[in-house]
Amino acid sequence: MESKSNIHQKYYVPEQSSIPIIFAFAALLVGFGAANAITGNGTIMLWVGMIAVVGTLAFWWSIITKESQAGLDTPQLNNSYVYGMAWFIFSEVMFFFAFFGALFYIRNIAIPWLGGEGPTAKGLAGELLWPDFEPTWPPMITPEQSLLGENAVTKGPAENMYLHSIRDLGTWLPLWNTIVLLSSSATVHVAHLALKENNRKRFNFWLGITVALAFIFVILQAVEYYEAYAHLGLTLNSGVYGTTFFMLTGFHGMHVLIGGIFLLTQLMRSANYNHFTDKEHFGFEAASWYWHFVDVVWVCLFFFVYIL
Amino acid sequence: MSAVIEKHDHHHGPQKGVLRWLFTTNHKDIGTLYLWFSFLMFLTGGAMAMGIRAELFEPGLQLMDPIRYNQLVTMHGLIMIFGGVMPAFVGLANWLIPMQVGAPDMALPRMNNLSFWLLPAAFTILLSTAFMEGGMPGFGWTFYAPLSTNYPNIAYFVFAIHIMGISSIMGSINVIVTIMNMRAPGMTLMKMPLFVWSWLITAYLLIAVMPVLAGAVTMLLMDAYFGTSFFDAAGGGDPVLFQHIFWFFGHPEVYIMILPAFGITSHIISTFSRKPLFGHSSMVYAMVSIAVLSFVVWAHHMFTVGMPLAAELFFMWATMVIAIPTGVKVFNWVATIFKGSITYETPMLFAIAFVVLFTIGGFSGLMLAITPADFQYHDTYFVVAHFHYVLVPGAVFSIMAAVYYWLPKWTGNMYDEKMGKLHFWLSFIGVNVTFFPQHFVGLAGMPRRYADYALQFAEWNAVSSVGAFLFGLSQLLFLYIVVKAVFAGKKATAQVWDGARGLEWTVDSPAPYHTFEIPPKVKG
Ligand code: HEM
Ligand SMILES: [Cu+2]
Repeated sequence: MESKSNIHQKYYVPEQSSIPIIFAFAALLVGFGAANAITGNGTIMLWVGMIAVVGTLAFWWSIITKESQAGLDTPQLNNSYVYGMAWFIFSEVMFFFAFFGALFYIRNIAIPWLGGEGPTAKGLAGELLWPDFEPTWPPMITPEQSLLGENAVTKGPAENMYLHSIRDLGTWLPLWNTIVLLSSSATVHVAHLALKENNRKRFNFWLGITVALAFIFVILQAVEYYEAYAHLGLTLNSGVYGTTFFMLTGFHGMHVLIGGIFLLTQLMRSANYNHFTDKEHFGFEAASWYWHFVDVVWVCLFFFVYIL
Repeated sequence: MSAVIEKHDHHHGPQKGVLRWLFTTNHKDIGTLYLWFSFLMFLTGGAMAMGIRAELFEPGLQLMDPIRYNQLVTMHGLIMIFGGVMPAFVGLANWLIPMQVGAPDMALPRMNNLSFWLLPAAFTILLSTAFMEGGMPGFGWTFYAPLSTNYPNIAYFVFAIHIMGISSIMGSINVIVTIMNMRAPGMTLMKMPLFVWSWLITAYLLIAVMPVLAGAVTMLLMDAYFGTSFFDAAGGGDPVLFQHIFWFFGHPEVYIMILPAFGITSHIISTFSRKPLFGHSSMVYAMVSIAVLSFVVWAHHMFTVGMPLAAELFFMWATMVIAIPTGVKVFNWVATIFKGSITYETPMLFAIAFVVLFTIGGFSGLMLAITPADFQYHDTYFVVAHFHYVLVPGAVFSIMAAVYYWLPKWTGNMYDEKMGKLHFWLSFIGVNVTFFPQHFVGLAGMPRRYADYALQFAEWNAVSSVGAFLFGLSQLLFLYIVVKAVFAGKKATAQVWDGARGLEWTVDSPAPYHTFEIPPKVKG
C-alpha cells in the first residue's frame, strides 16, 4: 500500500471515459452534416451534431472543473494544461498565418502579375488575358470585369473599407473596434491582477467589463458586415478584396465570439461557484491568453486589412 | 518525489470486453488501436494500389475508365499518408514515449482517446463518397485548385481533412506535453532517447502545418461553394497561390512521415550492432535543422509553375542544404554499424534496408532539387519513384522494423524469426522490383497520373506490377506473423534483445498495463 502523500504526488491518470468517443461521433455528424448542408442535402445532421458537440464539450469541461475542485490536479497536471493551451494557441496562430499569407501573396504577387508584371514572358497575362486590368489594391474592378464589364460574374465592390478622409475618422468602425478590443485586453489584465490579490469583487467586475467589450466588438463587427452588404456593395463575392476581407475578419470574429464565451464561462465559475484562488486559476488564465492572442490578430488585421 | 518503487493495487488492469477499447484512457490501448487502424488502412490503400498496378500492367485501358483510375490514385495517396503512415507513427508514439521517458501515461489521456476516434470518423466521411453520386475525389492527393474546386463531393473531402487535422493537432499537443512535462527525474533533454526526440520535433512540425492545411481546404471550400476568388484569376486570385499554401504544409508533411523513422532506425541499429549510437547529439541537431529547413523549401514542388529566377535558385539551394543534415544521419548510422558485433534479426534487416533504400530516395530527391533538371523530371514517374523510395522502404519499412523490434515488449511473445526474415526478403525484393523500374520510365518521360501509357514503357511497367503484387501479398504474411505473436510464441525476457538499452526494456514483457506510476530515477 502506498502512503497518502504519495497519492497526491502521483500524476492523475483518469479512469476510462465514454466522453471522447461520443465527442468523436458528434464530430462525425458535424463534418458529414456540414458537407450535406453545403451540398444541399439537408441540415438536420449538422444541427444534431452541433448540439452533441456543444453538449459533450460542456460536460467534459464540467468534469475537468470538478476534478480540479477535488484537488486531483497536481502542479504537474496543471503544467500539462499550461503547455497544452500554449501549443493550441500556436496552432491557431498558424491557421491565421495561412490566411495572412494568402493576403500578402495576392497583394504583392498575384495582382501585379495579373496586371502585366511577372517573371515569365513579361506582360503575357496582362496583354493577352486581361489587357485592361488595373493592378491596384484594393482591386475595385476584377480582371474579369475589366474584360467583360457588366457581364462579368465576379465583380469588384462598389466601396471598400479603407478610411477615405480623415474627417470620417469618428464614424470609422474599425477604429472603434480597435479601441474596444485593445481596452478589453487591458481590462482582462486588470482582472488578473485583482485575482492575484484575491480581490474577488474587483476580479468579477473587470472580467465582466471584458466580456461586455467582447460582445460589443461582435456587435460592431455585425454592423460593419451589414453596412458592407447593404450599402457598400462589398460582399464575399467581390473578387479577392471581398474574399480576403471577409475571410480574415470573419475568422477573427468567430474567434472573438469563442474567446468571449470562454471568458464568460470563467466569469460564471467565479461569480456563481466561487471557483479559483489567488494561486490556482488556470481556467481563467487560459481564457485570458486566448484573449490576448485574439487581440494580437486584430492588430495585424487592423494594419494589413484596414490601413495599409 | 519518492524514488522507491512501490507495488500498488489501486489501479485495476484493463476492463473486459469491447468497452475497454472504446473508452480507454490507457496509452498502450490507444497505441494498439492506432496501430490496428493503420494496418487496416494500409490494406485498404494497398488494395487500391493493386488496382492501379493491375491497370498499368499493360498499355491500354483494361479494368477501369480513367475517372475510376484517378479516384484510386487519389484515395491511395490520401489513405496511405493520413490513414497509414501517420497513425502508425502516432500509435508507436503512444506505446513508446511514456515508457521511454518514464511517465505513467500520456499527459492528457482522454484527449488521447479522442485523437484516435476522430480518425475513423474522418475516414468514414472520406470513404462514404464512394457511395455517392459523383464518387470519390479524383484530383490527386495534392488536390490542386481549380481542378479540385470543380469536383463533386469536395465538401466531404474538406471536412474529412479538417477532422484528421484536429486529430493530428491534438495528438501532437499530447506528445509535446508528455515529453516536456512528464520525463522522469534525471532524464535531461539530451539524455532523451532518439525516438522521443524525433517525435518532439515531428509534433512541433504537425502543430505548425496542420492548421495551414486546414486553411488551404477552407479556402478551397469557399471557392467551390461560396463564390470567393482565392484561386480564381477572374476575381484577382491565383491558382498558384493554392500550390504555395499546400506545399507549405506538404513539404514539412513529408518530414513528418520520416523523422520518427529516423528515431526508430537509430534505436534498432544501435541495439543490433551492440554499440551506443554514434553521434547521439549530432543526430538531435540534424533533426532540428531538417525541421527548420523544411519550412523554406516548399517551392521545389513547383519549379515549373513560373516563379521568378531568384525564387527558383533560392528553393533549389535551400533544398540541397537539407542533404547535409540528412547525410550526417546516414553517416552516423553507418559509423554505428562499423565494427559492431552485428546480428541480423528481422528488425535489423529492415533497419539496414531502410538506410540503404532511403538513401537512394534521398539521392533521387537531390536530382529533383536541381531546378533545370526538374523541368524534365517533374510530373513523371521519376518523382513517383523518388517518393516511394523514401516512403515505402523508408517510412513503411521503419514502421515494420519497429513492430518487430517492440512486439515482444508489447505481447510478451517472440515473433517467428524465420517467418520474419521471409517477410523481410519478400518485401525487400518486392519493393525494389516495383519502384526501381519507375526511375527508368520516368527518365524516359512517362507522365504520372494517367491510366494509359505509350508502348515504349510497357516492359518496365509489367515488371513493376509484378513487384507490386509480390509486395502486396507479402504483407499478408506480416499480418499472420503479428497475430501469431499476439497469441503464442517463445516467452520474451524483459530485456528482449541483449543490446537493447532504455527504460522500456527495464519493465516486464509484456509491459504491465500501467508502467512508471512512480517515476524511475534516471542515472548518469
Ligand atoms: C534529401 C532529401 C530530399 C530531397 C532533396 C527531395 C526533393 C524533392 C523534390 C525536388 C520533389 C519535387 C519533384 C517534382 O515534383 O518535380 C520531391 C517530391 C516529393 N518528395 Fe522529396 N525530397 C527529399 C526527401 C523526401 C522525403 C524524406 C520524403 C518523405 C518521406 C519525400 C517525399 C516526397 C514526396 C511525397 C514527393 C512528391 C509529392 C507529389 O508531387 O505528389 N521526399 N522531393
Ligand atoms: Cu518537398
